[in-house]
Amino acid sequence: MSWEYSPAPESRAGIGLRRSYGLFIAGNFVESSDGEAFTTINPSNEEVLAEVAAAGPHDIDLAVAAARRAYEGVWGTMRPVDRAKYLFRIARLIQEHSSELAVLESLDSGKPIRESRDVDVPLAAAHFFYYAGWADKLAYAGFGPAPRPIGVAGQVIPWSFPLLLAAWKLAPALATGNTCVLKPAETTPLTALRLAEILQQADLPPGVVNIVTGAGATGASLVANPGVDKVAFTGSTEVGKTVQQVTAGTNKRLTLGLGGKAANIVFADAPLSQAIEGIINGIYFNQGEVCCAGSRLLVQESVADAVVDKLKARLATLRLGDPLDKNTDIGAINSAAQLEKIRVLAAEGEAAGARRWSPPCELPARGFWFPPTVFTGVAQTDRIAREEIFGPVLSVLSFRTPQEAVAKANNTVYGLAAGIWTEKGSRILWVASRLRAGVVWANTFNRFDPTSPFGGYRESGFGREGGRHGLAAYLDV
Amino acid sequence: MARATSTAGPAGTIDAAWVAQLTRSESSLRRFLAGLPGVDQVGAEARAASLATRSIKAASKIWAIKTAISMVDLTTLEGSDTPGKVAALCHKARQPDPDDPGVPSVAAVCVYPDLVATAKHELVGSPVAAASVATAFPSGRASIPVKLADARDAVDHGADEVDMVIDRGAFLAGRFGLVLEEIRSVREICRSVRLKVILETGELVTYDNVRRASWLAMLGGADFIKTSTGKITPSATPPVALVMLEAVRDFAEAVGPEIGVKVAGGIRAAKDAIRYLVLVNEAAGPRWLDPAHFRFGASSLLNDLLMQHRKQLTGAYVGPDDYSIE
Repeated sequence: MSWEYSPAPESRAGIGLRRSYGLFIAGNFVESSDGEAFTTINPSNEEVLAEVAAAGPHDIDLAVAAARRAYEGVWGTMRPVDRAKYLFRIARLIQEHSSELAVLESLDSGKPIRESRDVDVPLAAAHFFYYAGWADKLAYAGFGPAPRPIGVAGQVIPWSFPLLLAAWKLAPALATGNTCVLKPAETTPLTALRLAEILQQADLPPGVVNIVTGAGATGASLVANPGVDKVAFTGSTEVGKTVQQVTAGTNKRLTLGLGGKAANIVFADAPLSQAIEGIINGIYFNQGEVCCAGSRLLVQESVADAVVDKLKARLATLRLGDPLDKNTDIGAINSAAQLEKIRVLAAEGEAAGARRWSPPCELPARGFWFPPTVFTGVAQTDRIAREEIFGPVLSVLSFRTPQEAVAKANNTVYGLAAGIWTEKGSRILWVASRLRAGVVWANTFNRFDPTSPFGGYRESGFGREGGRHGLAAYLDV
Repeated sequence: MARATSTAGPAGTIDAAWVAQLTRSESSLRRFLAGLPGVDQVGAEARAASLATRSIKAASKIWAIKTAISMVDLTTLEGSDTPGKVAALCHKARQPDPDDPGVPSVAAVCVYPDLVATAKHELVGSPVAAASVATAFPSGRASIPVKLADARDAVDHGADEVDMVIDRGAFLAGRFGLVLEEIRSVREICRSVRLKVILETGELVTYDNVRRASWLAMLGGADFIKTSTGKITPSATPPVALVMLEAVRDFAEAVGPEIGVKVAGGIRAAKDAIRYLVLVNEAAGPRWLDPAHFRFGASSLLNDLLMQHRKQLTGAYVGPDDYSIE
C-alpha cells in the first residue's frame, strides 16, 4: 500500500514576470549603454524566463555616480529615523509581495517553493525589519557615539540565496547611511529586479540603491570601480581571493563571505532521529548549494553504521522534482555549469575509492538535476572531503573521541560553520569552544536569524553579517 | 540501542529471547529504557511542523479522507452515556454516509466497559469492532486486582478491542517493572482481543518519556500504543505522534511485529487527520496506512471527514445540519 501525493503546484499567476528587464540606475530601469543583454532560464526545465540587460563598465560608472549623488545629496545626510521609515516600508512591502517573490525565486534558482516561501522570503523581510530598527540607534551599537557611514557600497552576491543575500547586503548598508550598487548573480537576477520595483514602490530616493545585472565581468568592474568605497562580496573562495587582490592597495573596505566545508558532528549519544533530520537539512537544503552546508558528516565510529543505515532510509523518502510543487524537497541544480562541477567531483570521489550511494530517483528529462548522494569510506585526503562541492553530496567520515572530532572538523582551510549533535550539554560547550567555525549549531542546523552574526574564519572569509556585528562593515570605524 | 537484527526472526515474529533478556529485571529494563536515544524537543517539533506543510490535494486527498474514516474509533466516554446513545453511535459507525455506500464504515466504536455489550449487540453483522476502555480509565488509579477485574469484565462482555491505561504514577516514580507487569497481565486477559495501551502522553510531558513508555508498552505486548485518554490536555499532538511512530518503526526493525499507533483527543478537523496520515506515511511508512496499524480516537472528527469528502466529490460544502449528530 503506498500513498502517492497528487501534484500540488504553486500558482504562477500574478508574479509580474516581464519579458525583459533593464538595469536599475538612479531610480529607473534603463537599457545597458552598449545594448548588451543575456537571458535567464528556469533550471528545472531550461525554459527562458526573461531577457536581462548586461551592465558594462560605463553602466557601472553611471550606477556608482548615481549612488554617490544620492549619498551626498540625500541619504548620507538624512535623519536616521527617516532612513528607518524607508526600511520598514521596504520590509512591509516584501511581506505583502511574499507569494510572488517566492515563486519568482523558485523559478529562477531551482530551489523548492517550500524553501523560498518558508525560509528565503520571510528572512529577507526580517533583515529589513531588523536593520530598520538600528538606523536611529547607532550610538548604542558599540562603535562610538556617532559612527558615520562609509559612502558607496559595491555589493556582489551569488545565486544560492538571491533575494535573501540581497537583503543581507542592502539592509545594513542602508540602515547605516550608505548607498548601494548591487550586482546579483548572472543566473538569478529576477528577484533582485523585482525588489527594485518594490524600492520604487517604497519611494526610495533615486540612486540610493542601484542594481546592475550581468556576469563575472560586471562584478569585476564594480569591485574595481574607483568610486566604490566599500566592497562586500559573497561567493566562491576562488573569486573572493581575486576580489581581495583587486582591492589591495586601495582605500576600499572589504568583507568576504566565501565557501565552506562544514562538519556536522554526530556523537554516539545524539538524539538520533533529530540528528538524521539535521544531517539531511545540512546537506540537502537548497540542494546543498549553501556556503554553510554540512557537507562532511563526522560520525562517532561506534554508531557510524546505524547512523548511515538510518540516513539512507530517510534519503529514500526525499521527494525530488518540480520546484514549484509544494511537496518537493529537492529542487533543480542552479545551472548546467554547476551540475557539471558536481558531477566531476562526485566522479573523483568514486575514483578515489569512496563508496557512492543515492536512493533510486527518477530525474526529469529536461533541466539540471542531481540525486541526493552520500559517500562512505571517505578519507580525509579525498577531494570530496576537502573541496566544496556546492551540491547534494555528503561525505561521511568517522571519529573515535571528542578530541579527534574537533581535530578533524578543524582540519580544513575553511571555517564557516559546524554542527554538534549530542544530548550532553557539557560536551556541546566543550566542542563548540574549540571549533574554528564562525557559526556553530548544536542539535540543529541551517538556522538563521537577522540578529545572529554570520561569517567565517580563514578561507571562508572575514566580516560578519547580521546582528550588531553586521553594522561594523558599513561604518567608518 | 541494542539491535536484535542478528537474532530476529522473519518479519512479524517476536524475538522473544532478546525481549526476555532485557525485561528480566527492573535494573536491566531501566538500563534499556535509559539507553534509548533521546529526543530533541526542538528538532521533533520542527519535523512535525515541516511535515504539516505537505499539500495533499485531489485524488490523494480523497484517498486520505476515506482512509481516515476507516481508521476512526468512534468514541463516547461520558458519565451520561446510555444504551440509547451507544446504539445511535453504532448505527452511525456502520454506515457513516447513507447517501454514499462508497464511504467505508469506521474501525470501531469505543465505550466504557458497562456498555460494551450494548455496542457489541448493535454492531452484529458489521465489520465494526466493539472496543472498551479498561483498567480504571481514565486515571488508572486503582489497585491492580480492581484494574484487572475491569479488563476481564470488558472481555467477558464481548469487547473485540480493549484500550487500557498505563499506571503513569508508577512510570514517573521509575517503577518500570510494575508498569510492564500490569501491561503483561492485561495482555494475558486480552489474549484473543486487540490490546491498545494508552500512555497518556500529556502526563508524561517529555518526548523522552513518550519514547520510553512506547517501548515499555510494546515490550509488554501491546498491539497498539495510544496517545491519550482524551480526558486531559494536552492530548494527541503531531510531535508526540511523530515520536510514537518512530518508536513503532524502530521496534519493527529491532524485534519484528508492526505495532499500531492510535491518536486520540482534540482531533476535530479533517485537515488535522490528513496531517496525521502524512506523519504516518513519512515517519513510520506506508505499511502503517491501514486500520490495523493506525487509528483516530474521535467523535466529531467523523462529520468533518464526511463533509470534506462530499466537498471533494461535488465541489461544494453542505451545511453541518446535513450530517447526523448522535
